[in-house]
Amino acid sequence: MDFAGHYNFWIAILLMMIGLYPVMARTNLVKRIIGLSLFQTGIFLLYISMGKIYGGTAPVHNDGVPLLPDGSRNPGLITNSIPTALILTGIVVSVSTLAVALAIIVCIKRAYGTIEMDDIEKAENGDPQ
Amino acid sequence: MKDNTILRIATKTMIPFIIVFGLYVIFHGDLSPGGGFQGGVIIASAFILYGLVWGGDEMRRILPRWLSDTLVAVGVLMYAGTGMFCLLSGYRFLDYSAISPRNNPGGDVWGMNIVEYGVGFTVSMVMITIYNEISEGTVPEPGEKT
Amino acid sequence: MLDFFLINIILLAMVTATAIAAAHVRNLLAATMLMSIYSFLMAMVWTNMDSMDVAFTEAAVGAGISTILILGALLHVGTEEKPTKGIHWPALLVVVATAALLLYGTLDMPRFGQKDTPAQLNPVSISYIKQDCPRVADWNGHHEGEVVYGKGDYYHGHAPNFVTPVIVSYRGFDTMFETTVIFIAGMSMILFLRRRRKPA
Repeated sequence: MDFAGHYNFWIAILLMMIGLYPVMARTNLVKRIIGLSLFQTGIFLLYISMGKIYGGTAPVHNDGVPLLPDGSRNPGLITNSIPTALILTGIVVSVSTLAVALAIIVCIKRAYGTIEMDDIEKAENGDPQ
Repeated sequence: MKDNTILRIATKTMIPFIIVFGLYVIFHGDLSPGGGFQGGVIIASAFILYGLVWGGDEMRRILPRWLSDTLVAVGVLMYAGTGMFCLLSGYRFLDYSAISPRNNPGGDVWGMNIVEYGVGFTVSMVMITIYNEISEGTVPEPGEKT
Repeated sequence: MLDFFLINIILLAMVTATAIAAAHVRNLLAATMLMSIYSFLMAMVWTNMDSMDVAFTEAAVGAGISTILILGALLHVGTEEKPTKGIHWPALLVVVATAALLLYGTLDMPRFGQKDTPAQLNPVSISYIKQDCPRVADWNGHHEGEVVYGKGDYYHGHAPNFVTPVIVSYRGFDTMFETTVIFIAGMSMILFLRRRRKPA
């Protein structure tokens, strides 16, 4: 139970669970989408934490030598750039999913007049189709 | 909102700088943090700011729906088109050494940049489209003015 | 390392508080504004962890576009949520069970921030960084006698930003399909929401 070695991962899991509860428990559709967005950002925190090195610099180099924060130019440690590249794709796909989900919610509102899940189920079940 | 003097003057001053900064971020994608996605969203935010202050109809007067719809597709075409060009030149798909076969790693420069421009087009126009459709999602009848 | 730890803990405490508030509050407009603050604070967390591209994208996309998007949708659907009737026990049970499993899984993970973890030492990362910038020492601090790029040698296929060649050249397929996903999102907005105005 190594706090200083794992605290970032535990906070990421805490954020994921704070986001997961509204997805299952709330009935308002927009609240569920907000919870999903919280969940996704927690996952990104978990990934980026794996690439961080203490004392590292940002993954940009200059004249072939990474520039350290104090202005010196010794070759040093660079924070790993591969998790960054993967999460970049993830963030953009998450906003695309948010856009499509909100378009569907607006259409549901136009069709049923409400966006609460139990009212929609009552309208679906009580309707003699 | 266009009757408010401060908003009007402030947005008219800021919009050119926002667009130039967005283009800077796209063009310097491989020299500093940035790239196609970030620059595309910044350019889209300049147009969305104009649409917020002057109204959606004004924004669609300067950037009509047919233009933004076309540029969305042009961006993806630029990306896949670069890949097809490399494929048709005899190399693998998205193998950028097809762009300058004699100077072997030099084709990477052209390939990375053209692809980032394509991504910038698509992302900026899609963000503008998303704002257009979700703020007022209607299309006027053929007889009406836009 | 202590200054990184302090800034990280303070920012993550603010992030957690904002997340709990955004999940709990009933007025959806307030939840949207809290999501915007949450994205902005997460961008600062990424900056503290030296991931510049991710911070840039999260600030632009999360704090900018996503807020406008949800606000635009709230224009159509209304901003108050129905009051809930207490805690939803099955959901809480699932959340606690998932959290317990994930926490059990992280006990095996290597320590955060060390330079000898498998994420740093795997051959893909090392060969990728060496190919892009051969003068970077490998993770034990040894310098190898490799080709050194001179001052004007940026564009022999190696870009100063390490992340752009990864997403565009090494993982070019992923970025192409990601662009297609954005295209599909735009098309679906047009298909779902664009309609003819009803005759007056």
